[in-house]
Amino acid sequence: MSSVAVTKKKGVGAVIWDYLTTVDHKKLAVLYLFSGLLFFAIAGFEALLMRIQLMFPNSDFISAGTFNELLTMHGTTMLFLAATPLLFGFMNMVVPLQIGARDVAFPFLNSLGFWLFFLGATFLHLSFFMGGAPDAGWTSYASLSLYSPGHGIDFYVLGLQISGAGTLISGINFIVTIITMRAPGMTFMRMPLFTWTSLISSTLILFAFPPLTVGLFLMLVDRMFDANFFDHTMGGNTIIWEHLFWIFGHPEVYILVLPAFGLFSEIIPVFARKRLFGYSSMVFATILIGFLGFMVWAHHMFTTGLGATANAIFAVATMAIAVPTGMKVFNWILTIWGGSIKVTVPMIYALGFIPSFVAGGVTGVMQATAPLDYQLHDSYFIVAHFHYVIVGGIVTAIFASFHFYWPLFFNRAMSEKLGYWTFWIFFIGFHLTFFVQHFLGLMGMPRRVFTYMEGQGWDLFNFISSIGAIMMAIGVVLMVLNMLLSIKSEPLNCRDYWGDGRSLEWALKTPIPFYNFKQTPLVRGFDPYWIEKQEGNPEGMTYAEPLGDVHMPNNSILPLIMSIGLFVAAFGALYHPDGESWSVPVMVIGLGITVLAMIVRSVKDDLGYHLHAEEIIEIENELYGKGGNK
Amino acid sequence: MKKGLKKWSLFPLLAAFAIILSGCGEEYISTLRPSGAVGKEQFNLLLLATSIMTLVVIVVSVLYLLTFAKFRRSKLGEDYMPKQVEGSHTLEVIWTVIPIILLLILSVPTILATYKFADVSAMDEVDEEGNPTALTVNVTAKLYWWEFEYPEYGIVTAQELVVPTNEKVYFNLKAADVKHSFWIPAIGGKIDTNVENVNKFYLVFDKESAGLNGGEGVWYGKCAELCGPSHALMDFKVKSLNRQDFDAWVAAMQATEGQTASTDSTDLGEAVFAQNCLGCHAVSAVSPAGAMGPNLTTFGDRNRVAGILEHTKENVEAWIKNPEKYKPGNLMTDMYKELTDEEVSAVADYLMSLSVEK
Amino acid sequence: MLNTKFTPQTWPEHPEQATHEGKNKYVGIWIFICSDIVLFASLFATYISLRNKGPAGMQFTSQELFELPLAFVMTMFLLTSSLTSVYAMYHLKNYNFKGVQLWTGVTVLLGLGFLALEIYEFYHYVHIGFGYTQSAFSSAFFTLVGTHGLHVIIGLVWMICLIVRNASRGLNLYNAPKYFVASIYWHFIDVVWVFIFTVVYLMGVLG
Repeated sequence: MSSVAVTKKKGVGAVIWDYLTTVDHKKLAVLYLFSGLLFFAIAGFEALLMRIQLMFPNSDFISAGTFNELLTMHGTTMLFLAATPLLFGFMNMVVPLQIGARDVAFPFLNSLGFWLFFLGATFLHLSFFMGGAPDAGWTSYASLSLYSPGHGIDFYVLGLQISGAGTLISGINFIVTIITMRAPGMTFMRMPLFTWTSLISSTLILFAFPPLTVGLFLMLVDRMFDANFFDHTMGGNTIIWEHLFWIFGHPEVYILVLPAFGLFSEIIPVFARKRLFGYSSMVFATILIGFLGFMVWAHHMFTTGLGATANAIFAVATMAIAVPTGMKVFNWILTIWGGSIKVTVPMIYALGFIPSFVAGGVTGVMQATAPLDYQLHDSYFIVAHFHYVIVGGIVTAIFASFHFYWPLFFNRAMSEKLGYWTFWIFFIGFHLTFFVQHFLGLMGMPRRVFTYMEGQGWDLFNFISSIGAIMMAIGVVLMVLNMLLSIKSEPLNCRDYWGDGRSLEWALKTPIPFYNFKQTPLVRGFDPYWIEKQEGNPEGMTYAEPLGDVHMPNNSILPLIMSIGLFVAAFGALYHPDGESWSVPVMVIGLGITVLAMIVRSVKDDLGYHLHAEEIIEIENELYGKGGNK
Repeated sequence: MKKGLKKWSLFPLLAAFAIILSGCGEEYISTLRPSGAVGKEQFNLLLLATSIMTLVVIVVSVLYLLTFAKFRRSKLGEDYMPKQVEGSHTLEVIWTVIPIILLLILSVPTILATYKFADVSAMDEVDEEGNPTALTVNVTAKLYWWEFEYPEYGIVTAQELVVPTNEKVYFNLKAADVKHSFWIPAIGGKIDTNVENVNKFYLVFDKESAGLNGGEGVWYGKCAELCGPSHALMDFKVKSLNRQDFDAWVAAMQATEGQTASTDSTDLGEAVFAQNCLGCHAVSAVSPAGAMGPNLTTFGDRNRVAGILEHTKENVEAWIKNPEKYKPGNLMTDMYKELTDEEVSAVADYLMSLSVEK
Repeated sequence: MLNTKFTPQTWPEHPEQATHEGKNKYVGIWIFICSDIVLFASLFATYISLRNKGPAGMQFTSQELFELPLAFVMTMFLLTSSLTSVYAMYHLKNYNFKGVQLWTGVTVLLGLGFLALEIYEFYHYVHIGFGYTQSAFSSAFFTLVGTHGLHVIIGLVWMICLIVRNASRGLNLYNAPKYFVASIYWHFIDVVWVFIFTVVYLMGVLG
């Protein structure tokens, strides 16, 4: 791994222990990346099973109940446990490097955020082996989720509660990091766009996750402790859940898509060899999208019966989001205009992204048209729309960034040739799968159906859609293969792998040492590395300080222990409604472990340690040969 | 609406879409071949929105392909150094203002239609004698079936909605257990049935359903909100009749008042039904709404068994023997004692004989 | 950092932000409070929409249930504790460790007083039949006020930990931000209580 400090061979046990206790943002990025990939693969497999079931009418490949579990877990996993951690992986890796920091503001919390996410996700997935997965859709609307028998929904509520806490903690950490940890000269209006989008996206997490936390808590006490929030016979109201869920749920889309925009805003200038066009308007558009993202949640509830005035207001507000998004698209195109386009794998994803995402965006505007949405809502049109946005926007960004940032992560490059194969198979498969679904929806097919009868005119398009899904699966398999093969390839040991890097992360030679920058860089303008290159600086950066001692945080196992405590407590809560006598003690023990770990953390001084200048020189010599990072 | 569009010079595009889209789907279920005022207006909005949006996609794609073709490094040379441009205020203004104009064009009909579709004030209007002037149907969605009550006629039916053509039909919608959503794609958009409140809206049926789908003669209705394992099977059918036929149907329904099944009946089917089924399923249309199971007064006239299976005696038998197989999670399973084959067959015969149309 | 000896003269103007870690903590708590505000906003919205909602023939309404005098005393306890917490921060800036410990201690005592009254209040409601599962109203009430109570408990444990842990160490730039951050958090809890007093009790009794 690139971030291992010294090239001495370590035993397997030591490496595992290192990853369990690490607070290094680069190692946590690797953990996020692999766990995100794992859940991406699981959720993708679930999607494939569903598409096989829907390939033909009246198919009985999968039973109705199982299908509902699959559709719930597919949506939940993809959004919370695949897209989010994958993007967090990139944010963790790249943001500190881009702003010239040695680590994030709260390395300990960074680790805690990861472990909470991971154990929450694991908890949710245990449901498959422990009496059935949640089956009320990723939206888990209250009346159905209260009615749903078994423990599926309980797994959903507790698993998301834990992993959501992790996401919130990570979000706070990113915000503070970007506010306080910028290198000298890195003003807000010099920050790379990916850092900007990470900041706005984290801010959205900050405001969007608490309503989800509250919603999940209300669901939890309703299901497990006989509260009455959503039971209308006791005065409750299920519409509260819909509001809380969508006040979270709509910003969630932007939480994911904004970093994706940021990634493309990094990739496109590099391969167009041209400064990002309209930087300040891009920043403004990002902020505006983030802001408007909170004003439009009720467009998911046009058919709930909120009344004409609410529907009209939310319709117009939703349409307004198209304006800043359009600004972004045109800025990207104008970045390429007049540039010198080098077609590489990341760039071809970026090029495929623009039309796909625009197609997804415009169908979004169509749904904002409330009276038209009465027809489109909960039909396959919606399924087509959000997959165009999520796959066409977010997944392409993630795939592009695998290729783009692989050298930073692992000091290896992924194969270009295999990358092109992946792209074409996946991209064609994607359009085959989802383009026809627009028409299925318009032809009257509701979403979330486990089967359909013949004679409704849907057979052909469903078949095409399933073929596309199989192609997408092949694409993903090739992608993973490419990753595995890259590990066998030669280490790169170079700086600026793509040749036209512009921001600080490319100024570092790989493998990146665990302290990132031996001296804090001085940022002299937007695209600092580009500026230094233009001036012929061989080290790629000007330094803000002389070589001296570096302060680094200590590793800690406590984040994992805290997370395990909650994991244990969740089992107690889960079995509480069954009247199991051990449920309350288990809850107490679990929470006790967490609280104890927290007290240990706060009572014990953790001052970190200092790395001396001589040690740094020694490490650099070992990593890069005599002369260090030159 | 189409008239107004001409001046936006979107008409050719619009016409092309109308032709392409209207070829899509089956008349009895496709939103692209609407057969009611609500659905038609929604379809027109779809055309308008699609046209604007296609315009956007085309402009972006052309611009982008042009850029891509023009500025390849393979053409410009490895060492070509592009001019590092910061941005352009003029361009920013252009691509902010144009989308705003396009959205304004779309938002005006959106707002108008939103208010129009939500206007159910006519529901409460009464004539001089105090009778309501408009037809209202109370819809109750239950786990995997639909109940339709006609309060002004005092009749109840299930699974098959019967409505008159060419007038606004108003609906009060509610769910009895979990949330569902009421959708007749070919007639107009959907609305949710919530558990805690009544939603109201209206639809118009332009055409009699008699000739649809080679004589099947019904519009297809769907549940559009995930409601459990059998969500996909929660279909209903709609018959639209001209006012005269509708009135006749109402009269026939009202005439079933007092009809019931008797345990003493010499007909084995009726007797078995009375013992095992009558507790949940009424056989008179003049019964209180809110029954446990669908009202079966018109069973013989229906188009489907349990909303999904072909309407044959074999399917009725199969359904009675094992409802769980056909609708997982339904509430009928295990609610009655095991019946012998002979009894099942007799009940099926009895059910098929229940009719108001013959 | 722990070893540096300060005098009131060399002690920095803003001890809570004098180190990088301190500054991170200072920014971090504000960011955290932003998200906690949204959490309470969601709970308030839920409470308002479920106020006095319950099964047919529900016994209790907010008018009958809440008693302003008790709520007023609780409010006074908490508001005073905010003031004493300000004193503690005043001494923190002046490098007077004894003052910090003393006034933080008084803050804890006032917080405990508040908590005792709240526990009494809850116990009383449950005793007269207004339990957590009695109605949507009761669930919403206990969840909103209880979440605030949980915040109070966390704040108290936090401050007690600080007092005990630092008793023998004195004030330095490592623990000064910790006191400061805990104090900000405590003020936030007070502000939330003001809203609870207004929305739940005052509006509850006045209708």
